[in-house]
Amino acid sequence: MAKVTIDGIQIDVPDGTTILNAARMIGPDVAPPTMCYYSKLKTSGGYCRTCLVEVTAGSEKDPRPMPKLVASCRTTVMDGMVVANNTSAKVKDARAGVVEFLLLNHPLDCPVCDQAGECHLQDLSYDHGNYKTRTDFERRTFEKIDIGEKIQLHMTRCILCYRCVKTAEQITDGRVHGVINRGDHAEISTYIEQAIDNDFSGNVIDVCPVGALTDKTFRFKSRVWFTKPVDAHRNCENEKCSGKVVLWYQGEEVLRVTGRKDQWGEVEEFICNTCRFDKKQTSDWTIEGPRKINRHSVISANHYMNMVKPKEFKLNEIKQITE
Amino acid sequence: MHGLLSLNNLNTPNTKTESTMQLTNRSKVVVKHDLNWLEKLYLPAIFSGLAITIKHLFKKSATVRYPEEKREIASVYRGQHVLKRDDKGRENCTACGLCAVACPAEAISIEAAERKKGEENLYREEKYAAKYEINMLRCIYCGLCEDACPKDAIYLSDRIVPTAFTRGNFIYGKDILVEGIDASGRVDVSKRKKNYEMEGSPKQPLINK
Repeated sequence: MAKVTIDGIQIDVPDGTTILNAARMIGPDVAPPTMCYYSKLKTSGGYCRTCLVEVTAGSEKDPRPMPKLVASCRTTVMDGMVVANNTSAKVKDARAGVVEFLLLNHPLDCPVCDQAGECHLQDLSYDHGNYKTRTDFERRTFEKIDIGEKIQLHMTRCILCYRCVKTAEQITDGRVHGVINRGDHAEISTYIEQAIDNDFSGNVIDVCPVGALTDKTFRFKSRVWFTKPVDAHRNCENEKCSGKVVLWYQGEEVLRVTGRKDQWGEVEEFICNTCRFDKKQTSDWTIEGPRKINRHSVISANHYMNMVKPKEFKLNEIKQITE
Repeated sequence: MHGLLSLNNLNTPNTKTESTMQLTNRSKVVVKHDLNWLEKLYLPAIFSGLAITIKHLFKKSATVRYPEEKREIASVYRGQHVLKRDDKGRENCTACGLCAVACPAEAISIEAAERKKGEENLYREEKYAAKYEINMLRCIYCGLCEDACPKDAIYLSDRIVPTAFTRGNFIYGKDILVEGIDASGRVDVSKRKKNYEMEGSPKQPLINK
């Protein structure tokens, strides 16, 4: 066991835990934001630098501070380590810089993007970014690539977090897409523009932190805050599929099916393409009830859940009270 | 005896005054008395009333003959909505839904559609509003839709909303809301300022592109 202090809060964690996971054990208030790290995907993390933290004391035996900010998703804790996340001005400054770098080439087409409202980059830039841009050159563009009937790829929005690549590697068998080219020219692509037709390829939509990979069957249908999320499940024929999903309703119509995301924005269990794309009837599912959404999220806007209708008084009742 | 409620009566506790709650001390006690002979004539009161009426004949009229004559409207006046087009005549609205989610009266409903090839001169972005409806009976003209719009698409103009005879006629679709392409159809909103553009506003404008 190792004892770490993050933002002044002490916690005992098993050896080999990363700083990020130790912070997540304490709670969402001290956990650094992540764009590329995904706890369900092995070897993810280490690309985006949004989870940088300051280590003010390395360990009990060697309490010197670490010279630079470290990526908390890749750094394991030491006994007696002291970490500053939100309390460090250096971290806030670095994070604002990271957001600026991520937004260098990211188009601000949120009004058009289907991910808007549940986009991690939106949240990150609201919390840690600057309101102004310092660049005035053209943003990077790509030739449009069609990667199949069900998944829409917007390469301009990609921040190269590699989550979808890891999903393709680990969740689906036989990966057909990856990152090609290098540096500024790097892009997500299927080799020779092959269509993705694996049973679990739809999960790349859920893991994508931005709107680079979106559901083509939901494209421009609605905005997430006009839909109502409902937990549901079915006995999926696919053994690897859990069948536990969220149905996004508008009126009586199921517009979209996604996996269930936890408080870190990561899906709890991966679902197969049949559940995601082909089962869009209420009769296909066993409804569990409305999904709990954080009331600060835009998705919960104008959803009147758990609201008690105020009592209506009749005229003679009002007279009784006032007289 | 005329004075049913005199001051003395009010202060002395009796059943009548105790049961009625008195909220302020500004109520006046009216004392009725018999008219004297001058008041019984009624003529002085009639003439003083006529004098007021005649005086108003020579005053400037307080009303205008709308719609031939129009009053000057303040630049912050919030009237009928307009969906703007850009310089090239393309619709600004991309059906992002921010106006609808900002609307406290939930008066706006939108359906989006994808722009097809050949429609680039009609819509500015790859997505556009296929249906844009404002229920003018629900609208409270707060202007929050205008503030929420990231594309400068919706504005509240200085036009007064006309009356209608049926409820259905108050649901304004794109045919009424979108301004015309040619110069005569354009609605001038150059005086309008968004909340964050106002002087002394603490919020900085967001990046536009």
